[in-house]
Amino acid sequence: MKIAVLSGKGGTGKTLVSVNLASVARQSVYIDCDVEEPNGHLFFKPKDIKTDNVSVLIPSVDEKACKGCRKCVDFCKFNALAYIKSRLYVFDEICHSCGGCILLCPQNALSETPRKIGEVKKGISDQVTVITGVLNPGEASGVPIIKSLLSSCDADSPDIFIDCPPGSACIVMESIKDADYCVLVAEPTIFGVHNLAMVYELVRLFKKPYGAILNKCFEGFNPAEQFCLDNKISILGKIPFSNELGSANSDAKIVSKEINAYHELFSGLLTAIRQEVQHEATTNT
Amino acid sequence: MKIAIPVDNASMDTTICISFGRTPYFLIYDTESKDAKFISNSAAASQGGAGIKAAQTIIDHQAEALLTPRCGENAAEVFHAANIRIYQTNGNLLKHNLQAFEKGELSLLNEIHPGLHNHGGK
Repeated sequence: MKIAVLSGKGGTGKTLVSVNLASVARQSVYIDCDVEEPNGHLFFKPKDIKTDNVSVLIPSVDEKACKGCRKCVDFCKFNALAYIKSRLYVFDEICHSCGGCILLCPQNALSETPRKIGEVKKGISDQVTVITGVLNPGEASGVPIIKSLLSSCDADSPDIFIDCPPGSACIVMESIKDADYCVLVAEPTIFGVHNLAMVYELVRLFKKPYGAILNKCFEGFNPAEQFCLDNKISILGKIPFSNELGSANSDAKIVSKEINAYHELFSGLLTAIRQEVQHEATTNT
Repeated sequence: MKIAIPVDNASMDTTICISFGRTPYFLIYDTESKDAKFISNSAAASQGGAGIKAAQTIIDHQAEALLTPRCGENAAEVFHAANIRIYQTNGNLLKHNLQAFEKGELSLLNEIHPGLHNHGGK
């Protein structure tokens, strides 16, 4: 099963949850899709790392063949091409790699050239395969990295945990696209509710089954819990606010390995998720 | 000499537009014949690369200089390739800037901003 862990903002506990679920699942794959600042590897400290480059294809010009018809310039909706003084210019960082200019060119003067935008790193940490996406700073979109990440694990892989980027933009959509189940991590604040509502809207739009984990829970009223109750969102479990958890996590420790109580807590969450996924599978067949 | 200026309206009494790439109009002005032509900026509604497209339009109208309050790096690269000089406007009235340019009072724009696409910088 493929489990995506997401939230409307950073710092709610996506990495805490996905790292610990992958760890208690034992035979599993952890994929860090937060390609702008991946940090799951800090917990797993994977070994035997293999690195693959991720590139996008951008046009390059054969200046002898170009006759200056400007079909490519007029076609490009992102204005990545300009024709100045009998010469075609390509603005690499503006190009969205659609390939339209290459298809259109009547002189076949344009060809595809790869341009590296980041890397995918694959390593092993005990029984967990750790796959990390890294987007180079300044690049427009991490979507090609996410595509490469998600295609890098076999279809018959064991449990896969996808640590999503924060928010609900296209990079998150790409991360949850093939997930069997979405786990929404929420904080017990009004702001947390706002962010939960964003990802709640997204998973419904994608018709994904989902449930919530309430993180940093205090005694007393929890607005995120109320939101779940009001919208009939199944609550998979609660993680209490704890200084011990906070400091172990900020020391890059996998708390379910270090502290028995958290091993039980995350094993319980994993069981709850498995039941939900099985329930979905039965009701949909 | 033909010059181009981003302006808010298609009239000689108008003001300079603060955005180069997304200005609604450009004035193409001939300093010798005093011929003034306003063209609407088709790049204004672009998803991206507005500066590049706007620069292309100005080059296609054979302007030899641009008067603008500011200019992004991609557009500046296009102007550089076309040997077009970029002067910085002074104050917001079109007429004042035309007079100042003809008297040689405008200086070259020396600060090219890195684009506002990535939340104000890279």
